[in-house]
Amino acid sequence: MDTQFWVIQAFNGVSYGALLFLLASGLSLIFGVMRIVNLSHGSYFLLGGYVALSVIWSTGSWVLALPVAALVIAGVGLVMERIFLRPLGFDPLRQVLLTVGFAFLFQQGALDIWGGDPLNIDPPEPLTGSTVVGGIYLPRYRIFMISLAVVMGLLLWLAMEKTRMGAMVRAAVDDSEMARGVGIDTSRVSMFIFALGAFLAALGGAIGGAFFGVYPGLDFEILPLAFAVVIIGGMGSLAGAAAGSLIVGLADNFGKALFPEVSYFTLYAPMVLILALKPTGLFGRD
Amino acid sequence: MKNRRNILIVIAALLALAIVTPYSSSYVITLITHALVFAILAMSLDLLLGYTGLPSLGQAAFLGMGAYLTAILAADYGFGLGWSFWVVIVLGMLLGAATAAFFGLFAIRATGVYFLMITLALGMCVWGLAYRWNSVTGGDNGINLPPRPEFGISLANDLTFFYVVFGFFVATLATLYVIVRSPFGRSLEGIRERELRMRILGYNTWLHKYIAYIIAGAFGGLAGVLWAQMNGLVSPEDVILTTSVDALLMVVLGGPGTLVGGAIGALVVTFLRDYLSTLVHWWQYVLGGVYVLTILYLPGGLIGIPARVRNWRARGKETSSSISLKEGRP
Repeated sequence: MDTQFWVIQAFNGVSYGALLFLLASGLSLIFGVMRIVNLSHGSYFLLGGYVALSVIWSTGSWVLALPVAALVIAGVGLVMERIFLRPLGFDPLRQVLLTVGFAFLFQQGALDIWGGDPLNIDPPEPLTGSTVVGGIYLPRYRIFMISLAVVMGLLLWLAMEKTRMGAMVRAAVDDSEMARGVGIDTSRVSMFIFALGAFLAALGGAIGGAFFGVYPGLDFEILPLAFAVVIIGGMGSLAGAAAGSLIVGLADNFGKALFPEVSYFTLYAPMVLILALKPTGLFGRD
Repeated sequence: MKNRRNILIVIAALLALAIVTPYSSSYVITLITHALVFAILAMSLDLLLGYTGLPSLGQAAFLGMGAYLTAILAADYGFGLGWSFWVVIVLGMLLGAATAAFFGLFAIRATGVYFLMITLALGMCVWGLAYRWNSVTGGDNGINLPPRPEFGISLANDLTFFYVVFGFFVATLATLYVIVRSPFGRSLEGIRERELRMRILGYNTWLHKYIAYIIAGAFGGLAGVLWAQMNGLVSPEDVILTTSVDALLMVVLGGPGTLVGGAIGALVVTFLRDYLSTLVHWWQYVLGGVYVLTILYLPGGLIGIPARVRNWRARGKETSSSISLKEGRP
C-alpha cells in the first residue's frame, strides 16, 4: 500500500461523494424544510438515468439528456408533492409508506418502459479515457463528476444565501411555524424544494448512469446511502450535505478496499451514533 | 360484551384456518405458512407501532438475526435438526431480544422522524453485515439450509410444518394479547397518546418503550427462525429495507393497535408478493397501489372497515330521522 493506492482511493472516494452530493443535497433540503422521509428519492435517481437514456436514443445528444432528464423528473416530483404529499399533513409514518408506494409504482413503470436489462449511458468522447497527473491515471469522467458537483454546490449555495427564495427556504428550515407566522408561503417553499430535490437526484442519476449503469433495483440500493449522507451531514444544510457526501464517499471506498467484510457496517454504524448523540447531524443547526 | 365477541370471532377464524388448510393444495399451504411467519413479524411490530407509537423502520433486522442464527447453526454445525429445533427457537428469540436490547440503547431516546431514521440505519447495519461478511453469512449468495428438522414428526412435510408455524402464530398472538391487556400494555398506550403526561405521572417511559422494543425483537427473532426453516435459504434479501417497510405496511393495512390487523395485512401482502407476482408481471402496480390507497383512504386499516360502515349507516339514519323531524314541524 503505497501513496499511489491512497491517492487513487481518495480520488475515487471524492468522485463517488460528488455523485452522492447531487443525490443527497436535495434530499437534505426536503428533509430540512418538510421533515419528510422521502423513500422515493432513489426512484428519482433511477428515473433520471432512464429518461436521459431515452433522450440519448432519440436525439443522440448527451448534453441535452442531462437537463431534460432533470427537468422531467422535477415535474414528477412537483406533481407528487402537490397532489399526494401536501394533503397528507405531517405524519412521518404515512409519508414513508406513501413514498414507498410510489417507489414501487415507479419501479414497475420503469420496468415496463425500459425493460429489466442493465443499461449503460455512454459519455461523449472528450470525457472518456484518463488524464495523467503526476504519474497517476485519473479517469476524466470522474474529474467531470467532481467539477459538476462543485459547480452545482456553488450555484445552490449562491441561491440559498443571496436570493429571496433561498432566504425563505432557510427560514423554513430553522422554524417552519415562525416562517409561516411572518408571512412566508411555506407551502410554495415546500413545492419549490421538492421539485429542486427531484431535479438534483435525476441529474445525479443521469450522471451516475455512466458510472454504475442504470438497472432495476438501483433505486433502493442508492437510497440508504443518501440517507446516510443526510444524517451524517445534518438535514437542511448544504455544507452538511457536502461534508456528509465526502465522508460517505470516502468511507465507502476505503471501507471496501481495506476491510471489505464490514464495509457497509462501517458506513451505517456512524449514522446510528450520530443520530443517537447529535440528531441534528454534524453540521445541522440545533 | 363487545370484546368477548371479537375474541370469539378471532378464535372461530383460527379454527377455520386450521381445519380448511389441510384440504388445500400444497401451494396454498406453503403460501399460508409464509403469511403466518410474516404475521408474527407484523404483530411484533404492531406492539411498537400500534400500541407504543414507535414506527420502526428496521424490524427486518430481528428477523434477519433469527434467520441467520438458524441457518448458521444448521448448515455449519448441524444443530437444530432434531429436538434441538426447540433450542434454536429459544436461542433465536433470545438473540432477537439481545439485539433489540443493544439497538434500543441508541434508538429509544429518539422520537418521530428521528426514530424512523435511526431504526432504518440499524436495519442497514444488519443488512451490511449480512451482505458483506462473507465468511460468516455467505455474502450475497446467502446460506442454504439442510432439510427441515425431524423429531418424531417430520417438518419436511409442508402440512406438518404449517401446523407448527400455526401453533407459534397462535402462541404469539395470545402472548402479545396478554401483554397489551396488562397494566404494562395500558401504560404503553398511554405513552402513545401522550408521553409527557405519562412521565409527569411518574412512569419511566424510556424503560417502558425499551422493554416493548425488546419484546418486539424477541418475536421478530422467532419469525426469523421459522422463516429460515420455511424458505430453506437465508440471504441478504431477507433483511433489505423493503422487508421492514413491508412489515410496516402489513400493520397499517390491517389496522394498527389490533394485533390481528397485522396478521390480516400479512396475508394480503404475502398474497400480492408471492401469488400475484406469479400470475401477472405488473403486480408491483397493485402493491404500490395498495400502499398509496391504504394511506389515503384507510387510516384505520382493513379491520376498521366494519366500524366505519356502522358509523356511516348510523349517521345515515340520524340524518334521515332529523330530516323527518324537520318535515314534521309545522
